[in-house]
Amino acid sequence: MNARWSWFNITSVVFGFAFLYLPIVLLVIYSFNESRLVTVWAGFSTKWYGELFRNQGLLDAAWVTVRVAFISATVATVLGTLAAVSLVRFTRFNGRTLFTGMVYAPLVMPEVITGLSLLLLFVSINFARGFWTVTLAHITFSLCFVAVVVQSRLVTFDRSLEEAAQDLGCPPFQAFMKVTLPVILPAVISGWMLAFTLSLDDLVIASFTSGPGATTLPMKIYSQVRLGVTPEINAVCTILIGVVSVGVIIASILTKTREVQRQRDEQAAFAQ
Amino acid sequence: MPSLGNIRRSFAPWEDPAAKPYISFQNVTKRFGTFTAVENLSLNVYEREFFSLLGPSGCGKTTLLRMLAGFEEPTEGELYLDGQPLKGVPPHKRPVNMMFQSYALFPHMTVADNIAFGLKQDGMAKPERDERVAQMLKLVKLEQFAGRKPHQLSGGQRQRVALARSVAKRPKLLILDEPLGALDKKLREETQFELMDLQQELGLTFMIVTHDQEEAMTMSDRIAVMDKGVIVQTGTPAEIYEAPNSRYVADFIGSVNILEGKVTPAGEGRIVLDGPDGRITGAVRDGAPATGETAWFAIRPEKIEIGRTPPEGAVNRLEGEVWDIAYLGDMTIINVKLASGTVVQAATLNRFRLVEDPIGYEERVWLSFNPDSGVVLRS
Repeated sequence: MNARWSWFNITSVVFGFAFLYLPIVLLVIYSFNESRLVTVWAGFSTKWYGELFRNQGLLDAAWVTVRVAFISATVATVLGTLAAVSLVRFTRFNGRTLFTGMVYAPLVMPEVITGLSLLLLFVSINFARGFWTVTLAHITFSLCFVAVVVQSRLVTFDRSLEEAAQDLGCPPFQAFMKVTLPVILPAVISGWMLAFTLSLDDLVIASFTSGPGATTLPMKIYSQVRLGVTPEINAVCTILIGVVSVGVIIASILTKTREVQRQRDEQAAFAQ
Repeated sequence: MPSLGNIRRSFAPWEDPAAKPYISFQNVTKRFGTFTAVENLSLNVYEREFFSLLGPSGCGKTTLLRMLAGFEEPTEGELYLDGQPLKGVPPHKRPVNMMFQSYALFPHMTVADNIAFGLKQDGMAKPERDERVAQMLKLVKLEQFAGRKPHQLSGGQRQRVALARSVAKRPKLLILDEPLGALDKKLREETQFELMDLQQELGLTFMIVTHDQEEAMTMSDRIAVMDKGVIVQTGTPAEIYEAPNSRYVADFIGSVNILEGKVTPAGEGRIVLDGPDGRITGAVRDGAPATGETAWFAIRPEKIEIGRTPPEGAVNRLEGEVWDIAYLGDMTIINVKLASGTVVQAATLNRFRLVEDPIGYEERVWLSFNPDSGVVLRS
C-alpha cells in the first residue's frame, strides 16, 4: 500500500474534492461578506449572523424544523427497528419478499410522488395540514432508511444471545430490551441520526404536506432565495453545515475509537 | 460370561426398571417444512447422568437439545422433565439451562454481569447474588477477570464464563451444545475432566451434544449415537465401542475393520462368514443370522495380532503384505493388504522402547484374532 503519489492521482483527488466542496466553501466564505450583494466581496464581517438572529421568520422556521425532525426521527426509529426485526427474524412467513420490497420501495420513490400521494391522503381524509402532517410524512419516508440500517446490523447479530437471555429466565420482550437492543444500539442511533438529517433538509415532501404556520427551514430558505439570495441565507446554511458536520464527526469518532479499543483488547486477550 | 467393562458400575439407573427417568422423549418427531430433523424418537435420561448425543452434523442432535430447552416445539410426541410435560412451556420458564455452542456471552456486559444475569432475573438479592457470582468465578478459575468484557478474554476463558453462567442458577439439568468445539486439543482434554468434576460436584444431570467421539467416550455415562434423526444405539461407552449394533455405529466410534461374508453355522454360538477375504469364524451372542444371509465381522485394530509366522492354533488368520506403517508414539498402526485387496488395520502397543527387527514395509505378515474379539453385524 505504499503507492507513490503520481501526478494523475493528485490531479484526480484535487478535482474530485473541488467538485464536491467548492460550492460549499464559496457559500461559507460569502456568509462572512460585508456587502449585501452576494457575489461581490467587500470585506470580512459577521453582521449577517447578527441579522439572522433578529429575523423572527427564519428562527420560527428553524424551531419548527428541529421539532419535526426530532419527533419524526424518534418515531421512525422505533417503527423502523420493529420492521427490521420482523424482516430478519421471521424468515418463513408468506409474502416476505413482497413485504421487504415494500419497505424498501420508498427509498427509490421520487419524492414528488411520495409528497403528492401523502397530500392526496391528507386531503381525502380531511386532515388539517400543518405541523403534524409534515411530521407524519417525514416518519413515513425516513422509516425505511432506519429499517435498512438496523436490518444490516441485525443480519450479523448472533441470535443465540437472545436465546441465552431467555434460557436464563428472561421473557422474550425483556430479552430483546436487555440484550438485543444494547448490542444493536449503535445501528439504531445512526438510524436515528440519518432520519433526523433527512427530515432536517427535506424540501419537497414538506412543501406538499405542510400547511399554514408550519413552514420548515428549507421551505423558508427556498422561498427567500426566489426573491434573491441574501448573505443572511448563506449564514443560515453555514450554521446548518456546521451542525451536521459536527454530528457526523462525533458519530464517526465514537464508532472509530470503540472499534480500535476493541481490537486492542482482543489482541491483548489472545497474547496471554 | 465375561462382560464389557463398565467403569462406574455402581451408577446404572437405566438398568433398573423401577427407576424414574428424569428426561423422557416419547415418540418425538420434529419437522421443518418437508425436512424431518428428528423422527419418532424415544429416549430416557436419568438424574445425575452424564448423557451424550453423538452424531455427524445434521443428524438432529442439536434439534433434540433445542426442544428440551424450549426453542423448538416437537411436531409430534411428548417431552417430559421430571414427570412434567414440557409442551407449551416457554424457554424462560423451564428449569433447564443451556450452554451455547457460540457461548452467546452478552458482549455489553462484564464477566460478572454475564454470570449474574440469570440470578438477577430470578430476583435474587444483591449480597446473595454477589456471593454466588464469586463462587462461580472461583469454580471456573476466573476470579481476576470479573470486570472484563467478553471480547477481552481468550477462547478458553470465554468458554469457562459461558459454563459459569449456565450453572450459576443451579439448574438440575444442564444442556451443552458442542461445548468444547472451539477449543484446541490440549485445552479440550483438560476441560473434559473439569466438566466431569463439575458435574459430580454439583450433582447435575448433563446432556451434551458432540460430534467428537473421543469426547463422548471420555465424559459420558451413556452415549446415544444418532443418524438422520433417529437413535441408532444407546449404551455405555464400552457397550458402544465393544458391542456396536451396526456397521454405522462401529465405524463412527473409533477405527474398525469390517469383513463381509455369507453365513454358515459352525456349532454352538459360532458362525462362519465366507467372503472374498477368506473364512472368518465369529462368535454370536443372540440372534444369529440365518444361513446364506450376508453379514459382517467388525474387529478393532488393537484386537488383531500381527506376526511374521503363521500363528499356531489361531481360529482366524489372514495373510497379507504390509502396506502402510504409522508410528504414533504410544502405538503403531500397520495397514496390511490382503490378497483380495482389502486393507486391514492392526494396532500394536509400543510397550518397549527398543525393538529388535521391527516389521517393515512390504513384508509378508500374518494377522490373527479370536472369534469373540469382534462382533458379527447384520446391518
